[in-house]
Amino acid sequence: MSKGEIVAGCLAPHPPHLVYAENPPQNEPTAEGGWEQLRWGYERLRESLAGVDYDAIVLLSPHWQTYVGTHFLGLPKFKNLSVDPVFPNLFRYHYDLEIDVELAQQIHDRAADAGLAVKMMTNPDFRVDYGTITTGHMFNPAWDKPLVVVSSNRSRDYYSVEVMQEMMIELGRVTREAILASGKKVVVIASNSLSHRHFTTESALPEDMSKEHITSHAMHLWDMRMIEYFRTGQAQRILDEMPEFTEQAIAESDGGGLSWLLSTLDVPTYPGILHGYGTIIGTGNAIVEWPVRDHKEAGL
Amino acid sequence: MSDGELIGSFIVPVHPHTVLAPEQNEGWGRLRDAYDVAAQRIKDSGADLLIIYSTTWPSIIGHQIIADPNPEWVMVDHDFHDLGSIPYSFNIDEKFAHAWNEANEKRGLKSRTVAYHGFPIDVGSVVALKLLNPDNAIPAVIVSSNVYANRSETTVLAKACMDVVKATGRKAIAVTAMSLSNRMFTKPIEPKDDRIHSLKDDEWNRKILELLGEGRLEDVGQLSRTIHQQIRVNKVVAFKPMWWLSGMNTNRNDLTGEVLAYEALHGAGGAVVHLDPTPSGTGDIEYDEDDVEYFAGERNVLDADQLETEENEQSSNAESLPKEDLNKGPALWEPTEGEDSVNSEAAPKPVGAYPHARRVGDLLYLSGVGPRQPGTNAIPGGPIHDESGKALDYDIKAQTQAVVDNITRILEEAGGSIDDVLDVTSFLVDMDRDFQGYNEVWAETLGQVGPTRTTLAIRALPTPIAVEMKVIAKAPPKM
Repeated sequence: MSKGEIVAGCLAPHPPHLVYAENPPQNEPTAEGGWEQLRWGYERLRESLAGVDYDAIVLLSPHWQTYVGTHFLGLPKFKNLSVDPVFPNLFRYHYDLEIDVELAQQIHDRAADAGLAVKMMTNPDFRVDYGTITTGHMFNPAWDKPLVVVSSNRSRDYYSVEVMQEMMIELGRVTREAILASGKKVVVIASNSLSHRHFTTESALPEDMSKEHITSHAMHLWDMRMIEYFRTGQAQRILDEMPEFTEQAIAESDGGGLSWLLSTLDVPTYPGILHGYGTIIGTGNAIVEWPVRDHKEAGL
Repeated sequence: MSDGELIGSFIVPVHPHTVLAPEQNEGWGRLRDAYDVAAQRIKDSGADLLIIYSTTWPSIIGHQIIADPNPEWVMVDHDFHDLGSIPYSFNIDEKFAHAWNEANEKRGLKSRTVAYHGFPIDVGSVVALKLLNPDNAIPAVIVSSNVYANRSETTVLAKACMDVVKATGRKAIAVTAMSLSNRMFTKPIEPKDDRIHSLKDDEWNRKILELLGEGRLEDVGQLSRTIHQQIRVNKVVAFKPMWWLSGMNTNRNDLTGEVLAYEALHGAGGAVVHLDPTPSGTGDIEYDEDDVEYFAGERNVLDADQLETEENEQSSNAESLPKEDLNKGPALWEPTEGEDSVNSEAAPKPVGAYPHARRVGDLLYLSGVGPRQPGTNAIPGGPIHDESGKALDYDIKAQTQAVVDNITRILEEAGGSIDDVLDVTSFLVDMDRDFQGYNEVWAETLGQVGPTRTTLAIRALPTPIAVEMKVIAKAPPKM
């Protein structure tokens, strides 16, 4: 079997507003557009990967929140209706997705060997979280690649950002090992926003972009600081500053996705490509791609 | 129709074990038995409404209230999916849900109803309703726990709910679906090995249950922040359901409490507690935070930002110009400054060129004080008409209380207190409708101080308010 490969790593946020604004047939509500900067960012990300061959997507979503270890979807198909419990007016999506159970099991087994608490999710009635569905749709609207879906272990809630990060770095390491051992070409995605302070009111027309902006200047500064690190290949600094960023920007990195992604990519020292940045109901969101395939000298 | 009332309250655990696996652990079984006892008591009580506040339904855009009359789906827990699935089909009182939403609006809260096919009802609500109302005989309503809500917002949410309970003549049961300590084991365990995660958590849980067993609900509410710091993992929703439940029970501390069960659920503290409104005769409230009738906090980030911009522009360009009211009422003015004038940032802006108060000798003369809130200009209890002049329902008690609060702020700015009030002239725009409510609040507030009073009916006031007071007070000695 040939060696597996990570062809790209992506930060790809999941606010359901993006799917809502796209008006895909799977989503019940319809919009007059909105959040174009981010939607165009997703377009650029898709174009960047259009000619790249890969077998599966490994995605960690902060909206499958587990407190007893890290879980993996463990059945080959999931088909259901996903309704966002916070924004049900925007997101009621009929999904039908395939899981690469073999790769999920391989990551699960390596994580278990490394001492992490893990579990395969094999209940057919389980509803896949809207974060997974949103990022899955925006990244690959054709849904023609199988997914490995990883839950967000809320170790930050139980311990600290530092402990969360230690666990996610370890999970990233075994994820990488499993992918390389699998013989598959894979895209890995962390589905999270950056600064994560919401507005607590919503415009009468949710897609009214005259109302959309970052919640505070401090949040903007943190987002730009992180983006500068993304763009200049300073992943280690992101990890170093993760506790301050997560706490001061109330960042969605608290779910561990960003730490896990950077670890899975072996803490890249080459620049990430910023495909887009924008705010959604006040939160900061960046779409970033690390084109691992172009940096094989970096260790793959 | 007689006034509605709350005829009982229950605290119940949220984990799915009591539904799906009560036989796997003796403690889980005892919790299930306690759930069954609670269900029977509710059935025997003649209750016609179950109101669920669930900590496992976090919300961001205000509070959300289920208004789908018959939500049906299959619930699978995110963590304990291997225990199985819970199909549900609930009987929701959609009219009550909409009425509660409207009552929230009148008390300054943002909320919305939710009635979408397939909406994922949270595990806590599903467990509570499956076990407390197994045959769906009693209509229910479910409200979320807003992640940003503080004590005042959560308390006002309860008061708005009770507005509707009373107005609709319901015999209601309030339920909080919640854990006590919420730290679970972070690794899978065998059911037989379940226990409270730590001795410290267990000790705190027992103290909470001791208080609840004595019916001291408000004391637990007052301790909520401390409890959260001591035994709560920092999940999205803090230990705030006690604020809501205490608000539903008029912040009482003398309920009749009974702990039906207390056990571990994967390390977290789960309890079934019954709080009966029958006075127990025990403890009074030992200390208290300000009560609140109307939520005047800042939640409207979108408009607040706009207002702030307007304020900045005006302060830099022409500070003396009056500001346009958000509600398109009369322009707001900066209070005039002069020798012996008293003005407070904590009082609403004047609607003309005058100070909040003026000191003359040993007396303070206050300009007419209404209920508008400083900063937001919102009217507690709601405006009496909309921008087009269409009459609106409003709460005279909330407005009167807000007037008293504003008077207090102005007097405190002058270095005095509400106890200094000597004489009050009150103006009501609808004497027939409002005198009783106004008089009740008066009796509880200024009536305790003892000023002379004259109450007049007038045709209108400059803003859409129902009550205004003109006050003369003793002036504190000049420093």
